[in-house]
Amino acid sequence: MTRDLRRDALDGIRDILPPAIAAIPIGLLCGALGAAKGLSPAEMALMCGLVFAGGAQFAAIDLWSWPVPVATLVVSTLLINSRHILMSLSLARRTGHFTWAQRLLGYAVLADENWAMAERRAAGRDLTPAYFLGMGAFFWLNWVVWGTLGAVVGAAIGDPARIGADFAFTALFIGLVVGFWRGHRSTFTIAASLVTAALVYHLAGPPWHVAAGALAGIAAAWLAAEPEEVPA
Amino acid sequence: MRIDPTVLAAVLGMAAVTYLTRISGLFLAGRLRLQGRMKAAFDAAPPAVLTAVIAPMVLATGWPETLAAMVTALAATRLPLLATILVGVVAVVALRAIAG
Repeated sequence: MTRDLRRDALDGIRDILPPAIAAIPIGLLCGALGAAKGLSPAEMALMCGLVFAGGAQFAAIDLWSWPVPVATLVVSTLLINSRHILMSLSLARRTGHFTWAQRLLGYAVLADENWAMAERRAAGRDLTPAYFLGMGAFFWLNWVVWGTLGAVVGAAIGDPARIGADFAFTALFIGLVVGFWRGHRSTFTIAASLVTAALVYHLAGPPWHVAAGALAGIAAAWLAAEPEEVPA
Repeated sequence: MRIDPTVLAAVLGMAAVTYLTRISGLFLAGRLRLQGRMKAAFDAAPPAVLTAVIAPMVLATGWPETLAAMVTALAATRLPLLATILVGVVAVVALRAIAG
């Protein structure tokens, strides 16, 4: 354990701290909703630890019934988390120097927030395994703790919308998106994604809006790229 | 410490497909040459994905949420992340109170 390793891991934890704090009300809410559907704290802990995907967990809990509709839950999860394919494809450019064990472990906890932080880190300097894994481990543990606690305290939390907790996730993502803004071409991407996702949400419902909006935003960036950037 | 077998099956299935989506890029990335428009498209992936996830809350919930999102975006250009989240949450509570 050299000083560099420790410093990088602490850098990762420091960078993920704001999203981790924002995840507290979201995790509590997720656990409380799960408990209301009849899931035990142990089952919530298992879901948070193994699935570790807020959006997909909210959707699964919304769809939850008894007997458990296993196939429906798995398909919904796959659709919502298909955005991870784009995310890991993009981040794979930055982790070529990791060992396979580091990659398979680190990507197991790839989520919107730590992925966004890793991309931001990689834009300025080399992304190290210590940074990526330290951040991932902390963010994972944070989610498991608050999700499980939410199932334990359950209904005592009350209506999360009353204290604006349901908006914390949105505000966090807005902050991350603004951090990725790189001039007018980013505006095309964001506008295309926003409008397409809202439209598809309205017409087809969740979870289709995520893939549709993401692809529209990426298509807009492809179209807006300067002609001289096109390889001859 | 109750864990129902069908809950376990559902959670394991959800975890398996999620893990596959997370590591798939590692196996696909080596086959792509990223330059020009293709590189621009990949660089756009972070904001495009994050925006799509929150679009329903921003545009399809109500005017308080839409306005709060605009306030949050403005705050994000000058404030650190945690302060931005606080501004967003306070704005949505205030605007929802006004909306009644």
